[in-house]
Amino acid sequence: MELCDLTLHEIKDLFAQKEVLPSLVMASVVKRIEEVEEKLGAYLALDLEAAMAAARAADERIKAGRALGPLDGIPVAIKDNLCQAGRESTCASRILQGFVPPYTATAVQKLLEQGALVPGRTNMDEFAMGSSTENSAFKPAKNPWDPERVPGGSSGGSAAAVAAGEAIAALGSDTGGSIRQPAAFCGVTGLKPTYGLVSRYGLVAFASSFDQIGPLAKDAEDCALMLAAIAGYDPLDSTSVRNGQVDYPKELEREVAGRTIGLPREYFGEGLDPEVRRLIMAAVAHLEELGVRVVELSLKLTEYALPVYYLISSAEASSNLARYDGIRYGRAAAGREDLAAYYTRTRAEGFGPEVKRRIMLGTYALSAGYYEAYYQKAQQVRTLICREFEEAFRVVDAIVTPTSPTLPFRLGERLADPLAMYLSDVCTVPVNIAGLPAVSVPCGFAQGLPVGMQIIGRPFAEATILNLAHQYQKVTVHHRARPYGRRRGEQNEV
Amino acid sequence: MKFEAVIGLEVHAELSTASKIFCACATKYGAEANTQTCPVCLGLPGTLPVLNEKAVEYCIRAGLALNCRIADFSKLDRKNYFYPDLPKAYQISQYDLPLCRDGFLTLASGKRIGITRIHIEEDAGKLMHSPEGEGFSLVDYNRAGVPLIEIVTAPDLATPEEAVEFLEKLRRILIYLGISDCKMEEGSLRCDANISLKPAGAETLGTKTELKNINSFKALGRALAYEIERQAELLAEGKTVKQETRKWEEAKQRTLSLRSKEDTQDYRYFPDPDLVPVELDQAYVAAIAASLPELPEAKKRRLIEEYKLPEYDADLLTGSRHLADFFEAVLKDYCNPKAASNFIMGELFRLMGEEGLAPEALALNPAHLADILRRIDQGELSVSQGKKVFEKAFRTGASPAEIIAAEGLRQISDEASLRTVVTQVLAAHPQSVNDYLNGKTKVAQFLTGQVMRETKGQANPQLIKELLEEELAKLRP
Repeated sequence: MELCDLTLHEIKDLFAQKEVLPSLVMASVVKRIEEVEEKLGAYLALDLEAAMAAARAADERIKAGRALGPLDGIPVAIKDNLCQAGRESTCASRILQGFVPPYTATAVQKLLEQGALVPGRTNMDEFAMGSSTENSAFKPAKNPWDPERVPGGSSGGSAAAVAAGEAIAALGSDTGGSIRQPAAFCGVTGLKPTYGLVSRYGLVAFASSFDQIGPLAKDAEDCALMLAAIAGYDPLDSTSVRNGQVDYPKELEREVAGRTIGLPREYFGEGLDPEVRRLIMAAVAHLEELGVRVVELSLKLTEYALPVYYLISSAEASSNLARYDGIRYGRAAAGREDLAAYYTRTRAEGFGPEVKRRIMLGTYALSAGYYEAYYQKAQQVRTLICREFEEAFRVVDAIVTPTSPTLPFRLGERLADPLAMYLSDVCTVPVNIAGLPAVSVPCGFAQGLPVGMQIIGRPFAEATILNLAHQYQKVTVHHRARPYGRRRGEQNEV
Repeated sequence: MKFEAVIGLEVHAELSTASKIFCACATKYGAEANTQTCPVCLGLPGTLPVLNEKAVEYCIRAGLALNCRIADFSKLDRKNYFYPDLPKAYQISQYDLPLCRDGFLTLASGKRIGITRIHIEEDAGKLMHSPEGEGFSLVDYNRAGVPLIEIVTAPDLATPEEAVEFLEKLRRILIYLGISDCKMEEGSLRCDANISLKPAGAETLGTKTELKNINSFKALGRALAYEIERQAELLAEGKTVKQETRKWEEAKQRTLSLRSKEDTQDYRYFPDPDLVPVELDQAYVAAIAASLPELPEAKKRRLIEEYKLPEYDADLLTGSRHLADFFEAVLKDYCNPKAASNFIMGELFRLMGEEGLAPEALALNPAHLADILRRIDQGELSVSQGKKVFEKAFRTGASPAEIIAAEGLRQISDEASLRTVVTQVLAAHPQSVNDYLNGKTKVAQFLTGQVMRETKGQANPQLIKELLEEELAKLRP
């Protein structure tokens, strides 16, 4: 196994023992990028020289025993919708080509302050709208387990990069499953924190009331370390929450015996791939062996989650994306003769079809005469879905579902059918509607492709779901499988 | 047919907070273009607004002063439209849950004008268009994100005069509250007017027009008067008024159609998900209420009752909170209110007018004016000397004592020495004395002038008059 295939916590321990230095890890990541990036398209922009220079600076700190924290010297990839001062931040959209923000997203800033190295900015669906990374305006990303298949989306680049060893961990954003679904598709662990736990400042908005930044990493422990680094109140984000600091890595070691998890019937019904179902149930059996009590429950409003999500998120997106007019930054259409025509041309040329579809959908949902029937109704149902989760969490400590109802699909397979694409999010979207935390954990392989189990928690109960995920990973090996760089015989059995 | 006008106003006032409503940028007027901007007020991708609590407090101050109900739960909404002066392509404003509603302001006639609502919102940037034909416009975003309150009245105003009175009273209140400088010429106070006509006594309202680009109190009165005449003519001819927005053209003194109702934009208001709702507890509102200054109307009534001032004086003095405060500060050291009021309305107003000085900028020490007024009353200074000393004090800030000493300005009220001068003057002008004794009493003026000359103008004129009469009487055969 190469250094780049190790987990963050393994590398951190090697640093502590001074057996390995950051520049070696970075070199391993660079080598892997050189080997696989052309095939995978995980990155939109690489910044390897700067990352290498930062690695050498980290070397000195590690040698002196003065690490800035567990992330010091760790290569962490950044999704292209997280602003980074001095780096072109495009959200994989033509309309933001050439946009170099003068500020850094709070979450990224925190990583940088703790010594993380940034090898580059990862590919994504344009403005995070999509479930396959095929909506990137520049190139699709591929699944490292099978480059004929999508890595999921919208944080497909981040998931592919971590799975392939092109980064040790990554930041993604999750509006309707954009961290968890690609994590499941690429066989990595991805955490969507509670809405408000991580500052959104510097995250280019898609749907402000759903968007949340979170880590994609090789296991739950890595996610805990990443979360500890990025969580916390930020005066620049009014929706970020003042919450007592939790020691996420420490909470991983709690006993899980006696915990209760719920399996919502509605997530195991029609449309669920039988192989996915089999692997989830096997994982649930593992949890039971750890002393976790399993109950069945019903979340009856689940069928409304997709329409609620697509109405509200598109409404917010239509407003959030209105500012891209090419006047102050980004790509502008040629010709200045008439303001309205100029707006139209700039936006017609700058946005891809999926983004346009959502803008139109959202504009419609907010229009006079339709607002009550669509946007407002959706908000009312949103409240009901939140209540339904609250009710469920009176009975259970966590809810377990598949992350995606299907295995990673082939490139192009769902592009022509937006509704089929939207169905990829059916298990993840309700979590964003209610602002809950959820983690996707690798739970096996079907047809050589990874499958993810989603563990949903109460608001701010990241410690609980990471604890379950970690204890599960202690007795399983799916998360240790790697698409590249494994030695013979290291492939894990289900 | 006789028509009645129905008028409602929408007033925007820029709040004089130190920083903008959603970021820390300064709000100073007149700074170099785009120097008071940051990623947040420029609406750059990924930035987020954070509400300035001062803007909320100022809006509540206005609400309390205008007798509004203050919301315990309020929120901010997005008003979506495209325009280059609006960097996010939406304005953060308040739609259905404003901070204040259902208030009123009372006119001098006793008529109450309803305040429908007061809400906070952000201002847009400023476009500067190139000369005709050059085909470009520049944008200054310094103003983008400056906090505004929008005050919407009920359609309770019936005449242009009432509208102007309302706006003047409102302006005075906002300035008293210290929440806006309300300078129409700088755009920190803006007013749109809605107006419709209906047959006298009718219940149903007519079709209204909205008047924009009203840049002064005078323009408000004239625009409304013009519009009443225009609408009345249409109606008299049996035509209908078109619901539309019209622009007041100051140069041509007329209103002109800007856009019709059909072009009205759908702003697609919805709650801004980047901001949390504003929840106000009663103690917070009560604390703001307790901190409100005395308002102009109350102050005026009090000046009339407490100091027995005529209404005219009280009205002028309370035109500015600073002026009223100055007046009352003078009375700490001086006990004749009317004399103080006269001096302020006469001398102080004259000097302030000459200097173009706003009451807020008045630096004069009120104790100095009290000192001068006292010296005049005690005969130590003549009125004209008092005015001279006052002008010096106003311009230099020096104390009356210093000025009097430096200029040698002292009124001679010492009877014995003045009598000596008087007898000397009479001795020196026997012809005049003769004339006087022969009934030409007018020469007394000449003789007084001579005494003044001898005393370098410092003699107490009242005393001169008395002594002259006495001494002349002695010379009567």
